[in-house]
Amino acid sequence: MQPGIKLENFSKSYHAGEVEVHAVRNISLEIQPGEFVAIMGASGSGKSTMMNTIGCLDRPTSGRYFLDGVDVGGLTRDELADLRNQKIGFVFQGFNLLARTSAFENVELPMLYSRPGVRGREQRERAEKALELVGLGERADHQPSQLSGGQQQRVAIARALVNQPKLLLADEPTGNLDTHTSIEIMGIFQDLNRRGMTVIMVTHELDIARYAMRTVVMRDGRIVTDQPVTGRLDAAEELRKLKQEQQAIQLAP
Amino acid sequence: MILLKTFSIAVRALRRNTLRTLLTMLGIIFGVAAVIAMVSLGNGARAQLEASIAALGQNVVTVWSGTMSRGGFRGGFGSSGTLTAEDYEAIRKEVAGVNGVSPEVRNFAQLAAGNQNINSQIMGVGAQYIDIRSWPCSSGENFTEADVRNANKVALIGKTTAEILFADEEPVGQIVRVKSAPFRIVGVLASKGSDMWGRDQDDILLVPYTSAMRRLTGDLTFRSLMLQAASPQILGTVTNQVADLLRQRHRITGGKDDDFMVRTQQETVELFDAQARTTRELLFYVALISLIVGGIGVMNIMLVSVTERTREIGVRLAVGARGLDILLQFLTEAVTLSLTGGALGIAFGVACSRLVTQQLGWPTLTSSGSIVLAFGVSAAIGIFFGFYPSLKASRLDPIDALRYE
Ligand SMILES: Nc1ncnc2c1ncn2[C@@H]1O[C@H](COP(=O)(O)OP(=O)(O)OP(=O)(O)O)[C@@H](O)[C@H]1O
Ligand SMILES: [Mg+2]
Repeated sequence: MQPGIKLENFSKSYHAGEVEVHAVRNISLEIQPGEFVAIMGASGSGKSTMMNTIGCLDRPTSGRYFLDGVDVGGLTRDELADLRNQKIGFVFQGFNLLARTSAFENVELPMLYSRPGVRGREQRERAEKALELVGLGERADHQPSQLSGGQQQRVAIARALVNQPKLLLADEPTGNLDTHTSIEIMGIFQDLNRRGMTVIMVTHELDIARYAMRTVVMRDGRIVTDQPVTGRLDAAEELRKLKQEQQAIQLAP
Repeated sequence: MILLKTFSIAVRALRRNTLRTLLTMLGIIFGVAAVIAMVSLGNGARAQLEASIAALGQNVVTVWSGTMSRGGFRGGFGSSGTLTAEDYEAIRKEVAGVNGVSPEVRNFAQLAAGNQNINSQIMGVGAQYIDIRSWPCSSGENFTEADVRNANKVALIGKTTAEILFADEEPVGQIVRVKSAPFRIVGVLASKGSDMWGRDQDDILLVPYTSAMRRLTGDLTFRSLMLQAASPQILGTVTNQVADLLRQRHRITGGKDDDFMVRTQQETVELFDAQARTTRELLFYVALISLIVGGIGVMNIMLVSVTERTREIGVRLAVGARGLDILLQFLTEAVTLSLTGGALGIAFGVACSRLVTQQLGWPTLTSSGSIVLAFGVSAAIGIFFGFYPSLKASRLDPIDALRYE
């Protein structure tokens, strides 16, 4: 079977003033459709850089990147934009929601740029459905500043899902979130993954990585380990356990 | 559909900073207002010009005492004048193709009848004057050549003056006192309306020029003569004949300057229009500069907006907006900004035109053409000055835009 994602000797370097920063060095990686991959590594190890390339936001400095067999390096700006719109849902490190814009309108955003366009009514329905999926149906008209961090993260996830992409990329989706909310978000990811979506997420936390099927660890722009997860956690199960523990110390009703 | 969405995004973005949006629009508002005012004034002046050409009478040629250079009248005009009674007689006798000739002796004086009085224009003219100007009597009759010869104290009264002095009474046969000299009214002139300066032409008393010169002004010369050519084709010939005759009589030879001026009605009116045109040209430049300044304001605010919203642009690009989508969004914003400014400017301009007419009495005429023009100009400004910032926005790299602090 053709891999969904294939990086071939992929490198990315930046020019910061005089010095050249090698953010990613010569990585080769294959991810099959339907996988759930956690990418780990210290700060600055090149995780976001690799995610940006996989998300078609950026092009490799050298090496090649194939998405569904298509060499992304050879596509035009507009073709990349269409790929991002149709095939990829991206949850950014730090949400990147539009300020002073309601959750609903934030979720609608990708549909504004779909080709062919989405009809007004369908657009509303899909945005509502995506918000319900992340459990934010009631907060549709709240602006980001009126939402908690976890809620903002869910809006970002709803926005990533609204065009029904095959690939979901999440850069530190649980950074700054409490354990309970983190597990809930892992629950959403596991559900989506079970329904066939490829999920790739970056995380610093070992126990969050255990909700994935496979972990890739990076250091200084290189992959140092790439192995399946042993003792994989199930979010529903973990939530139940957590609830019991919290009840014991009266944290939850 | 897409356009509507783009438009609503633009309006939302502009409303987020209402004060800044308004300040940005000021330049456009003034520029467009100036365009509207300019065109209205121009149209008004032209309409009135045409009306006054018709009001002067058909094929009328005026001979002015003194000359008028580019700067205005020079010599003669306003002082005693260079046209004599003999010049007048000579023109009557010697110039062919002329239906009538009449001097014009202008003066202002207090008129009294019964216990009413009014300050009016008294004009001394020949018996042919009202025919030259196609200005018939609505009642009574014109005075005669004999009245002119004998300097009789007879008068034709304008409609306005008649109404003020005599109210509902019939003026013909009544006596009007001009500086205490009693004049008998022989006819009432038909209404002629306002002239090109907005003056009421019906507020007038016409008397034989001989009576006016002898009893009222004491002048011995005329400031102007008016004559009517038999047909439009011979206007040029008549003008030349009159000029030649006067040069000969005034002994003006070789390169010496004329001490008189012969103008057809068209030329006369246009001479006065030149002044109005200067005002309009000035307004045009004011409008142009305002519009350019306004456009630069739009460009400036759009550049600020693009910089401020770099992250937003990054987000839009990241979820699949193409460069063109971003370009259109910002361009729509710029055009919305300039069109709103344009609409406010049109309202302001129309209000100004009304005010000018009301306060200064200048005629204005706001045409739908000028409104369309103003809208077009503001849209063009939005597109022209909004293009560069929009292009800049559309060329941003998604990652750079997202990382922008
Ligand atoms: N636009 C850029 N210009 C210059 N250097 C950059 C740029 N983007 C990333 N880098 C550098 O590339 C390296 C990798 O950055 P990257 O953001 O991929 O790290 P990361 O693994 O995501 O870190 P974190 O866990 O803190 O998010 C860093 O050293 C960073 O300084
Ligand atoms: Mg990162």
